[in-house]
Amino acid sequence: MAKFVISRRKFLTSASLGVSGIMLSGCDAFDSQLGVGDGLRSFLEGANGLTWRAQRLLAGDSLAPEFTEADIRQPQRPNGVTAPDDDVYKDLLANNFADWRLEVSGLVEKPLSLTREQLMNMPSRTQITRHDCVEGWSCIAKWTGTPLSLVLDQAVVKPQARYVMFHCLDTIDRSLSGDIKYYGSIDLIDARHPQTILAYGVNGKPLPVENGAPLRVRVERQIGYKMPKYLHRIELVDGFATIGGGRGGYWEDNGYDWYGGI
Amino acid sequence: MESVARSQPAAGVDAAPLKDATLIYRQSRWTRLTHWLWAISLFFMLLSGLQIFNARPQLYIGKESGFAYNNTVFAIGAENTANGPRGYTEIFGKRFDTTGVLGWSGPAGQERSRAFPSWATIPSYYDLGTARVVHFFFAWILTTTLVVWLVASLVNGHLRRDLAPRIDDLRRLPRDIVDHAKLKFHHTREYNTLQKMAYGGVMFVLLPLMIITGLAMSPSMNAVLPFLNDLLGGRQTARTIHFIVMLLLIVFFIIHMLMIFAAGPINELRSIITGWYRTDPPAHDSKTPERSA
Repeated sequence: MAKFVISRRKFLTSASLGVSGIMLSGCDAFDSQLGVGDGLRSFLEGANGLTWRAQRLLAGDSLAPEFTEADIRQPQRPNGVTAPDDDVYKDLLANNFADWRLEVSGLVEKPLSLTREQLMNMPSRTQITRHDCVEGWSCIAKWTGTPLSLVLDQAVVKPQARYVMFHCLDTIDRSLSGDIKYYGSIDLIDARHPQTILAYGVNGKPLPVENGAPLRVRVERQIGYKMPKYLHRIELVDGFATIGGGRGGYWEDNGYDWYGGI
Repeated sequence: MESVARSQPAAGVDAAPLKDATLIYRQSRWTRLTHWLWAISLFFMLLSGLQIFNARPQLYIGKESGFAYNNTVFAIGAENTANGPRGYTEIFGKRFDTTGVLGWSGPAGQERSRAFPSWATIPSYYDLGTARVVHFFFAWILTTTLVVWLVASLVNGHLRRDLAPRIDDLRRLPRDIVDHAKLKFHHTREYNTLQKMAYGGVMFVLLPLMIITGLAMSPSMNAVLPFLNDLLGGRQTARTIHFIVMLLLIVFFIIHMLMIFAAGPINELRSIITGWYRTDPPAHDSKTPERSA
């Protein structure tokens, strides 16, 4: 028996040394393999394509849950940029967005340039939904806006178009080649989803600057970073390889998944 | 195939066991393979999950996170005090100083404000996007493994033979508790009552609950299964449950390791790597064999 106890003790010692070794070296052992473009990371990212296909298959055109007035207990918490410092934006804001236009361009038969009044005169949709930030928090608010599908119909989307690219007025980052304005994309399935709206109102009031005035996107079956604010141009594209870092959006180019359904 | 070889000194499979009736084939290849896939995926899911938590180191109860009101039940943070920055952990409003580990940690002179320390997260630096890539990859592995294990265990009889609770288990429970408390272990082919409860609890309660609360946090899955969050009490409650189940899985892991070291790590490890397990020699002729650790 004594012999067994000793070998067990040796085992315990070496095992605990081994375990603490792993813990001490931390998990920075994997750091060098996890940058955007690294082989291991690209392999792991494959799972997101699987998630996208699986959720597309399951979700179909089902609606995101909608809530009641009683569930609105606080102002919509802003995310991302909350006060754009861009001169173009500040000029538009000073004039209460009278000079602002929503441009619809790219793979469309009829490029559009819409004023806020024109958008607000189109049929609207109001929905009380939960905004889920990628960080983990949630906030319920009532959003009012023009269904994106109506705008797309008016512009007449060409058959080769696959994605809707959103171009924004706010500078989210600076690079050597200049300021980076927020940009992002969704596919046409989400773009034509009945709850995908170009929102100009929140909780019964005009959209405030912190929430993306004059116009922000709501894509209710995805995470917050997929819903650009301070929108000024919608571009219909057949791919986004040549836009920004080529991954479909600002956060995507910084390592976030293009599909934000989870 | 393998279940045939069980409990008999498998002739023709391995020469060694022929000589030794106490060495039995205990764990099927499905059990062994899925065990290690879980071990790997739970490791990566835990460390990437802690990184994801660091992005919003608060837990709430309800459909949303209270900003204009308070529904926070758990928080990790840092604050400036007279003694410099301190890390704290707050549970139901009660604050504990956890400087060095939770809230404020890092190498001497380079401490930073972060909920879980660098050594407990993947990547070690703050990177929510990458942690999500790692987390969701292993979520698929973990879930697929659970399904494979369930099907294999139904087919090869592992569920019925080893895990299904029996009346006997209840009768033996007090004795098992006493034996475990005394670190007195019996090595037999069958699982004892506490083992059944632990393994069954992980397979049929904790892991499914982890998957369900994970799905309940997905806005796309909320459109598919809107009742999930109603059932769980809202997305933020689901997130809190997800965190609590993580803690329970860590508790399971610690007990699992302690039991293995106490019951004979080499024998236990061999059985989950090769399938072969050394049982206690029959000391005296007993009709009801003692059951294993």
